[in-house]
Amino acid sequence: MKILLVAEAFDPWREVERYQSGQPGLAGKFGATAVFVGTLRDFNRGNEVQSMTLEHYAPMTRRHLERVAEEASARWPIEDVLVIHRYGELRPNDPIVCVAVWAAHRDAAFDACRYLIDELKTRAPFWKQELTPQGRRWVAPEKTK
Amino acid sequence: MSITVRFFASIREKLGKEQDIIESKGITCAADVWNRSARIPLPGNTLVAVNMEYARPDQPVRDGDEVAFFPPVTGGAR
Repeated sequence: MKILLVAEAFDPWREVERYQSGQPGLAGKFGATAVFVGTLRDFNRGNEVQSMTLEHYAPMTRRHLERVAEEASARWPIEDVLVIHRYGELRPNDPIVCVAVWAAHRDAAFDACRYLIDELKTRAPFWKQELTPQGRRWVAPEKTK
Repeated sequence: MSITVRFFASIREKLGKEQDIIESKGITCAADVWNRSARIPLPGNTLVAVNMEYARPDQPVRDGDEVAFFPPVTGGAR
């Protein structure tokens, strides 16, 4: 299991490949890999988005991402988890988050991947601020839990 | 004998500070920390964390704790 918080743009596909090839114990154990990649759009709620700044509470973010990954590992028969989340200033088309799950079978891989992205959104302390032609604005949460 | 206070995102901007160190004497709960450091009423949707765990405003705090206040979180991707 690996949790990465990164300040610079990353290539999720390269990172998934790199992580997988660096885990020799995984070889032969997994039959399914589910990968979710969230990417910054150039529009949100009817406005052009020029850039986005992601603020976070670093040690608390790491703690809660690790906990969500541990919960997923306890709940589903999965072999490994990789979570990469950006912070700092992002441009449209930059990946924001990557969640990869390796499992023997696809149901567990899909379900755990879905759980990870849904839970990290509501529990990890990140805040998005968008820059639009109308100025900076904090992004409102989708819903309160 | 102090408590570290941290503010994030729109709350940090509203208060004009990201961190504070306050005397722990007379402080019993997270809401006391807010009142002493922020000096405005606690906004209704504010989230509270004590030592990086989500907490309620009435959660007890003590010397050496780190107490954070921030708006609802918006990480991940839609």
